[in-house]
Amino acid sequence: MQRFRIQYNKDAPLQYIGNLDLHKVWERYLRRARVPVAYTQGFHPQPKIQQAAPLPLGFLSQNDLIDVWVEADENEFKEDDFFIHLQTTHQPGIEILSVKAVALNSPSLPTLILSSLYRVIPLDPLNLPEVQNRLKELLERNTIIRTRRNKTYDLRPLIENILLRSLPDNCLEFQMQLSAREGATGRPEEILIELRLDPHAARYVRTGFIMKE
Amino acid sequence: MDKRTLVSRLERILPTVEKPGRYVGGELNQVYKDWDSVKTHVALAFPDIYDIGVPNLGLTILYHLLNERQDVLAERVYLPWVDMENAMRQNGIPLYALESKTPVSEFDILGITLPYETLYTNVLNLLDLARIPLHSSQRTIRDPLVIAGGHAVFNPEPIAPFFDAFAIGEGEEIIHDIVNTYQAWKEHPTSRQDLLAELARIEGIYVPSFYEPEYKEDGTIRTIHRLHPNAPAQVQKRLVARLPKPPTRFIVPSISVVHNRVSIEIMRGCTRGCRFCHAGMVTRPVRERNVDEIVSAVREALEATGFEEVALLSLSSSDYTHILDLVSRVAAETSDHYLTISLPSLRIESFSVNLMEKLRGSRQGGFTLAPEAATERMRNMINKPISTQQLLDTAREIYARGWTTIKLYFMIGHPSETIEDVQAIADLCKAVLAEGKKVIGKRATLHAGVSTFVPKPHTPFQWVACDTLDQIESKQALLKRELRGPGLKLTWNNPYETLMEAWLSRGDRRLAKVIETAWQLGAKFDAWQDQFNYAVWQQAFAMHGIDPAFYTHRQRSEDEIFPWDHIFSGVRKAYLLSEYHASLIEKTQNDCRQGCFACGILPKYADIRRNNPGSHWKCPEVPRRQIKVNIEQTA
Repeated sequence: MQRFRIQYNKDAPLQYIGNLDLHKVWERYLRRARVPVAYTQGFHPQPKIQQAAPLPLGFLSQNDLIDVWVEADENEFKEDDFFIHLQTTHQPGIEILSVKAVALNSPSLPTLILSSLYRVIPLDPLNLPEVQNRLKELLERNTIIRTRRNKTYDLRPLIENILLRSLPDNCLEFQMQLSAREGATGRPEEILIELRLDPHAARYVRTGFIMKE
Repeated sequence: MDKRTLVSRLERILPTVEKPGRYVGGELNQVYKDWDSVKTHVALAFPDIYDIGVPNLGLTILYHLLNERQDVLAERVYLPWVDMENAMRQNGIPLYALESKTPVSEFDILGITLPYETLYTNVLNLLDLARIPLHSSQRTIRDPLVIAGGHAVFNPEPIAPFFDAFAIGEGEEIIHDIVNTYQAWKEHPTSRQDLLAELARIEGIYVPSFYEPEYKEDGTIRTIHRLHPNAPAQVQKRLVARLPKPPTRFIVPSISVVHNRVSIEIMRGCTRGCRFCHAGMVTRPVRERNVDEIVSAVREALEATGFEEVALLSLSSSDYTHILDLVSRVAAETSDHYLTISLPSLRIESFSVNLMEKLRGSRQGGFTLAPEAATERMRNMINKPISTQQLLDTAREIYARGWTTIKLYFMIGHPSETIEDVQAIADLCKAVLAEGKKVIGKRATLHAGVSTFVPKPHTPFQWVACDTLDQIESKQALLKRELRGPGLKLTWNNPYETLMEAWLSRGDRRLAKVIETAWQLGAKFDAWQDQFNYAVWQQAFAMHGIDPAFYTHRQRSEDEIFPWDHIFSGVRKAYLLSEYHASLIEKTQNDCRQGCFACGILPKYADIRRNNPGSHWKCPEVPRRQIKVNIEQTA
């Protein structure tokens, strides 16, 4: 068995699909690309693939990661071959950036993720100084207590960094670095809510991860 | 609305609705063409949500046939779910096609598929969301040509005013005739009336505005008047002599839909002659694809889609001539991919168990059989003769080979059914489960799916009354009482939905205003249990002074002219009547592959069969009547 880590962008055609569906897209994509994906043992064998971190519906993603286990002896299946298999197989909404072999016993992908980076662009023109003020106030707070799915949590420690810059036509762009450890994941739309902005009227791109090592 | 405004408005509402992936298109294998690069633009619509519509094979076939043409583009249209519909109406977004996001009203032709009747209010909602006038008579040359096809349109009368034309029968050839006729008219687009007159010349096209029924005092039809010289007295369904190459580049939805699979039709039509079965009558004759063609289609489709399931479709898989060979080869083709292969409609015999065993993949579900009735008398009546012993033997075999669940399909409400016949369903289910318990103990389960029979047009039971609400409810009460306990599961239909299906199936043109009123009062998604609203329909009937029982519970007289008599399915009314008579004396009829019973198909389609010779068309050869003429030899 071999294990590979694929770096890819998730683009517009796959913007509105959830994680389970994205998993299915990958299964079918790999099958079409004739990659001999390994299956789990047991009564209901499943392809062995693992995504890095769930992505909310409606988000685009750059430099995303997924691990794939392949039924092949060590070094039998080459990184370049894998890359070419994927590149030559059409999958709307997925752009392959790189394929790297990973040690079979290395830690699982989700445990390596520390933080996620986001770019958030509200669709409507906004007043820059006004939003800057609100952001400043938000970051000065010691706690930001919120409730999600009936659970109360503090958003403040999940915020690692937020930058704001202006775009043409009075539009704004946020660059956020939010904690993405298991059980401690900051969501950019919750930050918009705290800034009293409409979380639905914004474009979200997760641009990358900060990882261990 | 220009496309940029539409798309930017969409971006704001999509995050607020359930499953927004339904509304964006862009899936693998969608065909996108430049709007200005083609002459004719066709929108193909399934009048329910994306999840139901995408797997529809009929539209898939037409989508690919049309997009193969250089001069045509075809795009897909589905209805938005209630939340999205509200958002679209609030934001002034008209119904649009998924590929290019072009409003449906800008297409040349809107083709709507109607595989079943409970979609009718959705058709009105679809036209309304598309901002196309609901009535054919109100449309101008700026509106798309609105046509429908599919099994339900063998009785097009209840929805006649809403369509410009109906395509009766199989779509593979007629779709090109329609487009070509449209293109010729578009060169000099005179009036809509001229377009319809040209369309009426095409065999299989029914232009409802060229006909007008006249009714008797008792509400039945006296005669149907033809109002245009191009309108044939009877519109004969279209069929293809040989099934063309099946589609293989299936659209792969990025979200989960009802069937996520490759569907390959192995055979069309059925020779069994079950008397309740609409599909079995209207899809005659039987035409098979050959094994090589199916196997290579499966291979091609899997390569193009990556799907994890393949369905080999037909009305009766066991009757496919080379079924064992086919199943072995498809199984071999897919063995190393962890794929599931489904094979519907198997005969109740141990051979079927052998077949399913060959296909058993990693995801093993239940084993489904459809005896339809539980007593010999009922099974003879409906012409599905199998013995109870044979069913029990097959069931034992299924449990013994490792399946733990058997699903049995029955219908209540067959003509002349008594409460004893219903009791027999419960007894038979228990007997089957008892066989299972003997073999595998408590792990054995039985699922009885009991639906209610609705008499359909163009079948031997088109004369009979549908059960009343009281009858249905007391039969269901018996089953619910009897079929409970460990290992037993019962599902049944809402009787009110059955009644709706019954009046829509055999309705006439007067029903159109009831449908329109019901829709205005809020009826839509009638096929969805949580959306169906019986009270609204009752109100609509009352507002027009029409009694639904006239359509549902009335036994028709044998000389009645039916609203659909001017639509010809290829099977003669006299044949249907003789089959009805045979049912009354519980006389069964053999599989007609063994010998022809003169249903009418062969003489009507003799020319196309002669022009496409071969063994794919499964009607038996009928010896021509020999007329001996003595020719005197002249020396």
